[in-house]
Amino acid sequence: MGLKRKDILGLAEMGADEINLILNTGEALKEIIYRPIKKVPTLRGKSIVTLFYESSTRTRTSFELAGKYLSADTTSIATATSAVQKGETLLDTAKNLEAMGFDIFIVRHQSAGAPHFLARNLRASVINAGDGMHEHPTQALLDLLTVRQRFGHIEGLTVTIIGDIFHSRVARSNIWGLTKLGARVRVCGPATLLPPDIERMGVEVYTDLDAALRGADVVNVLRLQLERQQKGLFPTIREYHERWGVTKARLAAAKENVLVMHPGPMNRGVEIDSEVADGDQSTILAQVTNGVAIRMACLYLLLGGGEIA
Amino acid sequence: MKMIIKGGRVIDPARDIDETMDLLIEDGAIAACGRLGEGAVDGAEVIEATGKWVVPGLIDVHTHLREPGQEEKEDIGSGARAAVAGGFTAIAAMANTVPPVDNRPLVEYVLNRGRVANAARVYPIGAVSKGLKGEELAELADMAEGGAIAFSDDGKPVMNAELMRLALQYAQMLNRPVIAHEEDRNLFSDGAMHFGYWSSMLGLRGIPAVAEETMVARDLMLAEVTGGHVHIAHVSTARSAALIREAKGRGVKVTAEAAVHHLILTDEAVATSGYDSNTKVNPPLRPQSDVNALREALNDGTIDCLVTDHAPHHEDDKNVEYPLAAFGISGLETALPLLLSELVAKGQLTPARLVTLYSTNPARIFGLPGGTLAEGAPADVTVIDPAALYAVDPRKFYSKGKNTPFAGQVLRGRAVATIVGGQLKMRDGQVLV
Repeated sequence: MGLKRKDILGLAEMGADEINLILNTGEALKEIIYRPIKKVPTLRGKSIVTLFYESSTRTRTSFELAGKYLSADTTSIATATSAVQKGETLLDTAKNLEAMGFDIFIVRHQSAGAPHFLARNLRASVINAGDGMHEHPTQALLDLLTVRQRFGHIEGLTVTIIGDIFHSRVARSNIWGLTKLGARVRVCGPATLLPPDIERMGVEVYTDLDAALRGADVVNVLRLQLERQQKGLFPTIREYHERWGVTKARLAAAKENVLVMHPGPMNRGVEIDSEVADGDQSTILAQVTNGVAIRMACLYLLLGGGEIA
Repeated sequence: MKMIIKGGRVIDPARDIDETMDLLIEDGAIAACGRLGEGAVDGAEVIEATGKWVVPGLIDVHTHLREPGQEEKEDIGSGARAAVAGGFTAIAAMANTVPPVDNRPLVEYVLNRGRVANAARVYPIGAVSKGLKGEELAELADMAEGGAIAFSDDGKPVMNAELMRLALQYAQMLNRPVIAHEEDRNLFSDGAMHFGYWSSMLGLRGIPAVAEETMVARDLMLAEVTGGHVHIAHVSTARSAALIREAKGRGVKVTAEAAVHHLILTDEAVATSGYDSNTKVNPPLRPQSDVNALREALNDGTIDCLVTDHAPHHEDDKNVEYPLAAFGISGLETALPLLLSELVAKGQLTPARLVTLYSTNPARIFGLPGGTLAEGAPADVTVIDPAALYAVDPRKFYSKGKNTPFAGQVLRGRAVATIVGGQLKMRDGQVLV
């Protein structure tokens, strides 16, 4: 059985069965990355475009490689070189690309809902690669896969997400995915970086990092956008690091075998210390590898592929 | 030129009347209201109104007609025709056009264009500040003399409290209200929807309720100290309503309006519609608790007027990413069917209260003709069929603005005749001008 949807826009609207299908498929496809000849013919003749209105290294490259490993033709468009500079609307750009025959649009946009807007207006599939502060579903899926690989399960784990929850699409997608698969989720950050009514998503809310870390199985540290400080959302980088920076000493409150994750790119010495980022508990590079596997799974399943036994 | 509206349920709250009667119109005015004999019918145009409501013409004191300057969105003619299509005999046009209506010649231009359109009556509202910049008072006295019925920088708040104080003081001398668009721009900060659970879920920047409420509190105090009349535009939150209720109790000269969409939809609509930019409106759609409080405020006298805040836009302004889309709903042709279906039919608003809020009060508060069917009053009349089905199809709107979140809905109840100054302007949904 495949994925019964045209688009992958977020984890909010996905069921646990669909999430598990993607994780299982990603796990099965992952071995391709380790082959000497990293190519299978599965998506030969399919074409994929990454349409990114925000800068990205990891996500865009990860999608491109995922497409290439499956033999799809991939094209990348970044706003600096597109007609956006000439004042073309998002919809016109996308319609023109669709007319060229692309099967899947992978969209990153600073506006929440932009991929949904395109999905409504295009016959092609749309994968949300990050929309404003809304969702970044493939990041959450790769995080879930990383956690599952370490613990063998997700249900019952305590996962603490730390940092700028307010502006984070990674946090929102992770919260949806983790809670749907039965994890207990805590979020922690300064009060000014917590979104309103976040507890209604079924998470526990902390401003005290030590309390949030106590007994945690997984710690997911979010990137702090340094320009938030200039907007006055917290007083100084120094105070932020002092209170919410994950250091080796503070991590001791978590479980001994705690898994440390970060979606990247990191601000070393701000939200996470190098000792932690590069330490034995860190799984940050494994996340990146899983990113390619998860994106292969999404492309494969959207283009009609079924479960891999 | 005689017209008889026969056998309808005449609802005229100004005279506390709600009974089956005939209405005789002669020379543009109400000539008689009662049980008229067969003789009265001679030579008169007869409108059969059995089973229908005959009410003083509806008056919408908050519309955006976009002329001059943005005629691709709407013009005074299309707006005035949309008004009679929706059952309105008079509408007031906000000043935030391009250029803004901040001087007497433009006030007179709007009046003139309204006369030429020859559909609903069109009343101009003048800007409070020159160029809507919120810095210096516009020529309020000159505009009042030219026909401005009120002053407002609507679309923008008057952020400078001293300017607002001066405006209230000066407008009081002219016996005109200042209509206040309440929103603290610092708290508003690029929001696209209500700040709360759904903005958190959807990752959109939020407009907190308190951005409206602090400004409502400020302007109530300024009205109190100046003795000026403040009319609070599109009240959207429970606390705003509570503040107004309390100020009215103290005798502050305040009146208030609520927009129809704020009584019908909640912020959840942004999610259920999948970021449909037709749900993007300012003030934003609020949670159910606010909707409930507003419905209560309609009935206890806190809210004086219903309005559409008719904000027509071109498709290009809406068919973009949600945060980039223009704010506003094209409301003139859906307001009455929505109120009849969602509030009146469900027992949350009596027909008489509906007429009070949409005719009697607006006429009284803004000193406009109409608002009653008393003998001698101008023959501005709306005939409503509470049972007629109305399928919302924006392609059939007389307004150029097709932006509505209600497309596809089938509503029960609509205006079936609109009479302005004794002339039939709309019949069975067809505009006759």
